[in-house]
Amino acid sequence: MGNFDKKLERFWEIFIEQDGYVRVLTGLYNTIYIAVAGLAIGILIGTIIAIIRVSPKHNRLSKVLDSLCVFYVGLFRGTPIVVQLLVAYYVMLPMIGVNIPALSVCVIVFGLNSAAYVSEIMRSGILSVDPGQMEAGRALGLNYRVTMLKVVVPQAVKNIVPTLGNEFITLIKETSVVSFVGAADLYVAFNYIGSNSYEFMVPYLVMALIYIVLVAIAALIIRQLERSLRKSDRRQ
Amino acid sequence: MIDVSNLKKTYGKLDVLKGITTSIGQGEKIAIIGPSGSGKSTFLRCLNRMEDPTSGSIIFNGQDITDRKADINVHRRQMGMVFQHFNLFNNKTVLDNIMLAPVYLGLRDLRRLKWQNRLIKLRNLFRSEKLPLNPINTSKAQIKAEARETALRLLKRIGLEDKADVYPSTLSGGQKQRIAIVRALAMNPKVMLFDEPTSALDPEMVGEVLDLIKQLADEGMTMVIVTHEMGFAREVATRVLFMNEGKILEDDTPERIFTNPKHPRTQEFLSKVL
Repeated sequence: MGNFDKKLERFWEIFIEQDGYVRVLTGLYNTIYIAVAGLAIGILIGTIIAIIRVSPKHNRLSKVLDSLCVFYVGLFRGTPIVVQLLVAYYVMLPMIGVNIPALSVCVIVFGLNSAAYVSEIMRSGILSVDPGQMEAGRALGLNYRVTMLKVVVPQAVKNIVPTLGNEFITLIKETSVVSFVGAADLYVAFNYIGSNSYEFMVPYLVMALIYIVLVAIAALIIRQLERSLRKSDRRQ
Repeated sequence: MIDVSNLKKTYGKLDVLKGITTSIGQGEKIAIIGPSGSGKSTFLRCLNRMEDPTSGSIIFNGQDITDRKADINVHRRQMGMVFQHFNLFNNKTVLDNIMLAPVYLGLRDLRRLKWQNRLIKLRNLFRSEKLPLNPINTSKAQIKAEARETALRLLKRIGLEDKADVYPSTLSGGQKQRIAIVRALAMNPKVMLFDEPTSALDPEMVGEVLDLIKQLADEGMTMVIVTHEMGFAREVATRVLFMNEGKILEDDTPERIFTNPKHPRTQEFLSKVL
């Protein structure tokens, strides 16, 4: 550790003078973008999957949809996200023959991946809502879909915010594999600084610090959200 | 008003209802009593198809509502239901609980009318004889304002207008149940179904809920009440059904059932609960 000052100096030199900070900021932006957009897609698709999975299965269509959803969840939970990224970027895209930027592919894959997890979280949330809520809505003449969306899902969401927050944090950290398909995230930025200075200790420590701060901020936001959603529970 | 014939319900091998035939007339107040497990609640819940009957028919408004093709949601709008556990929407304020269904359904009906009118206008482009448009004499704002007015009037009636903007978790059981009752009333139902409305209440709150139900009865509301409150059944009901093991054993006026029950099972039950 004797030459720590020197290492810090090298890092600083590349970080400031060789525009390393621009790469870091871009990487930070991409990391946050993939995690946030991925979670948004995940919540959207995940909610739809969860509703399909908990709805009563009267006819063949609902049974087929249900099995499709089970298959989807099995597929995306059964393979590592790196594999999904590689397959999507190097197998699926050339097969379809379209050209989509790596970053967009990452957002889509992370979205589809988190949809599988969110659907299970959401499903447990929906099942935790008192069935009487659904009955009350139906008894008033509202149909299944409306009661689900206006009464049951909002209460389910409130119950699962902590778990959903956990999923978001996992997502932030998992984005560190997007360099496999050439998207520029935090890892890519710090790796660049490291390779250019032949010195990896400081860049990687700073990278770890940034991840910790990111996750801490995310946790804070989740806690605030949780508190504001608890409004209807609090006694006035 | 509601004609039930040979209604049966089975869960797997368990026969819960073994052929119920009765009819409920306009303005009748029917109390259903009987031991637990006798199928009282299942029968009540079959009336608005919260449970799907296995066989038999329920004629309401001249239509068989056990028919899968019948739009049960339309019929349910005319059958208010009150549950043992209140089931107020926890994520809505008291006022929104009452307004949710009237506003949503009102707006949906308005949307549908507007779409029909658009189609008619489109068709009229190709016709020499113009088809008349559906008259629309309301608006979004008016539907909301009317629902709000009704909700506030109903809350005032039960003396809870100051609770309009609080969430159900802050209310007592008796308050919740009274709000659940007016929530059903806000739909202007033709009949009210009560599924043990006071069974989950603290004893001191039973009175306020029964008073409200009694007021409704006095106003001529048709109602079916599953209850363990024998005194209340005797006072309010015009007819009492005694159910046992999925059948109606006795169907008579309260005086005769409570003072001179014919069936030995009824006698046994009443001797235990009175």
